[in-house]
Amino acid sequence: MDFDFAEQAPKLMMLLWGLVAFAVVVGGLLVLLDAVPAFFARRREARFVAASASGAPLPGGRPRSREGLFATFFLLPTVVLLLIGLVVPALRTTLLSFMDGGSQNFVGLDNYRWMFADDSIVRVLLNTLVWVTLVPLVATSIGLIYAVLVDKARLEAVAKSLIFMPMAISFVGASIIWKFVYAFRSEEQEQIGLLNQIVVSLGGEPRQWLLDSPLNTLLLIVIMVWIQAGFAMVVLSAAIKAIPADIVEAARLDGVSPWQMFWQITLPSIRPALIVVVVTISIATLKVFDIVRTSTNGNYDTSVIANEMYNQAFRYGQNGQGSALAVFLFVLVIPIVIFQIRNLRQQRREG
Amino acid sequence: MTTTTPPVAAGAQETSGRPTRAARVRKRLNTHTATMVAIVIAVVWTIPTFGLLVSSFRPENQIKTTGWWTFFRDPEFTLQNYQEVLFGQSASSGQLASYFVNSLVITLPAVLFPLAFAALAAYALAWINFRGRDWVYIAIFALQIVPLQMALVPLLSFFSRGVSLGGITLMPAWNLDGAQNFAQVWFAHTCFALPFAVYLLHNFISQLPKDLMEAARVDGATHPKIFRTIVLPLVAPALAAFGIFQFLWVWNDLLVGLIFAGGSDVTAPLTVRLAELAGTRGNEWQRLTAGAFVSIVVPLIVFLSLQRYFVRGLLAGSVKG
Repeated sequence: MDFDFAEQAPKLMMLLWGLVAFAVVVGGLLVLLDAVPAFFARRREARFVAASASGAPLPGGRPRSREGLFATFFLLPTVVLLLIGLVVPALRTTLLSFMDGGSQNFVGLDNYRWMFADDSIVRVLLNTLVWVTLVPLVATSIGLIYAVLVDKARLEAVAKSLIFMPMAISFVGASIIWKFVYAFRSEEQEQIGLLNQIVVSLGGEPRQWLLDSPLNTLLLIVIMVWIQAGFAMVVLSAAIKAIPADIVEAARLDGVSPWQMFWQITLPSIRPALIVVVVTISIATLKVFDIVRTSTNGNYDTSVIANEMYNQAFRYGQNGQGSALAVFLFVLVIPIVIFQIRNLRQQRREG
Repeated sequence: MTTTTPPVAAGAQETSGRPTRAARVRKRLNTHTATMVAIVIAVVWTIPTFGLLVSSFRPENQIKTTGWWTFFRDPEFTLQNYQEVLFGQSASSGQLASYFVNSLVITLPAVLFPLAFAALAAYALAWINFRGRDWVYIAIFALQIVPLQMALVPLLSFFSRGVSLGGITLMPAWNLDGAQNFAQVWFAHTCFALPFAVYLLHNFISQLPKDLMEAARVDGATHPKIFRTIVLPLVAPALAAFGIFQFLWVWNDLLVGLIFAGGSDVTAPLTVRLAELAGTRGNEWQRLTAGAFVSIVVPLIVFLSLQRYFVRGLLAGSVKG
């Protein structure tokens, strides 16, 4: 057990500094807001007393601007951080996407043209399309089926935890877990990967799953589905439980079969929750990076936009092309969000 | 992954008068199929993790030559993998103990800062009357959809080169060194978390009863006082919900860590190291299995013990940007 605590000391010092900074910033802000207005209030009161004693006109108070002052300080950290950390960089990225790799010269739309002309990048875009079609569809379906199946069953809580647990596991951890399932050893050796073991025991030949395009993309998608199905299940399960009991009871008295119950009662009732789930998973899937990077590093035709963006910008130093990919990712998110907003509006009108 | 079987609520009751015998048989069959499908899904979802856990306790030569399912025929148990991957001194061994500390150092402030800032902002947006309030809220809300990929390149150059406009330096480079690099990881995580945090906490804080706030105002309480003594205690469950979210998000993050923490054992989090091990030593399963579990165990404990809050947060928030 050689663990050098001395080596860790600078890190823990830094953590301490971070926590001190936190206490100073947040505590300081609150104390400041508490003390300063109190000080002004006292001064105003003093002036007020002096004015009424001398018979001069009373100074008018301006409570509204005081509200504005408070709001400014409450919002200051958030707004400043968002401007520095998100708004300005996002604008700059858009600008960079029209410039060359070293961000020196304007190249117009070249980076976007490159995106749709280069075969390997077109492949990346297609892969992303496959991801964003399959993952929300499959994950939501499985989540929904499972939520319906375990609803009011014995051990419901335990059964749900089992599916939900992958949500706590990092994409990196999940990728390692599944890479182990896909592990390959040559035919004459005993298999250590579960998938190849199953194939072999069914009389097949072991395969190098992750090298085999386009199957490998599907196998990576399985990992994402494995993580996201739990999310879908929890949200949909809550929606199912929120269906008014009298509707369900009335349908039962009408002698509706469970199959009809699902299609005619359950599904329409949980439609809003379904849309939220599909939208959320779609957006998460568009940005998937960790799984591809950990499992295949984007090789063997498995790369997706987020992974390619990282490679272009941070490995090949092609800031322009990387930025163009980031902007394209953002553009892809927009229609999904518009769809979501229109649905929300519609619900509000109906409700 | 699963067969399409009619999804039938387990235990659904037939109430249409006297069920015929056939109907009863069919119902029982349906219930059985339903249970079977549920069990199949549950097993498929659990087996991969279980296999990895079992493997992490097997000796190296066994992991590499036989499947983990043979463990039950021929159990041989060891902690050697964990010892090696956590504390081993050779460069290839993992040295995960050091990265584990990094993950902790990154995560704590990266949860606390957005939590506090977002709570303050959400309070102002919900309960302080000022001009343009709705616009500020809409702007922050809309920022949720900006993918963090949009910010990475300029933010990195902001840290490493500072900001200059027309040759005038508006902001010097941070010039961080060694453990100081944690600061830029905290900064990045805080910025990226804020839109969702403000949105989630605003959902809760704006639902507090109006009478309560007005009564406090009439009593002469200032906004900071109301915030501290009334709002914070009342929205504690929401704070917990976001705290767990952000904890899992930061602890499990790879992209931000990779870009802002660098790859060395001084600042890089566990995920970065694990991804590296999976890439360069993809067949060293004795390290990968144990390593993966070292990284999974903390979020799993947090998750299982605070699941209630987490679910509540999930149901209240929608789109994480």
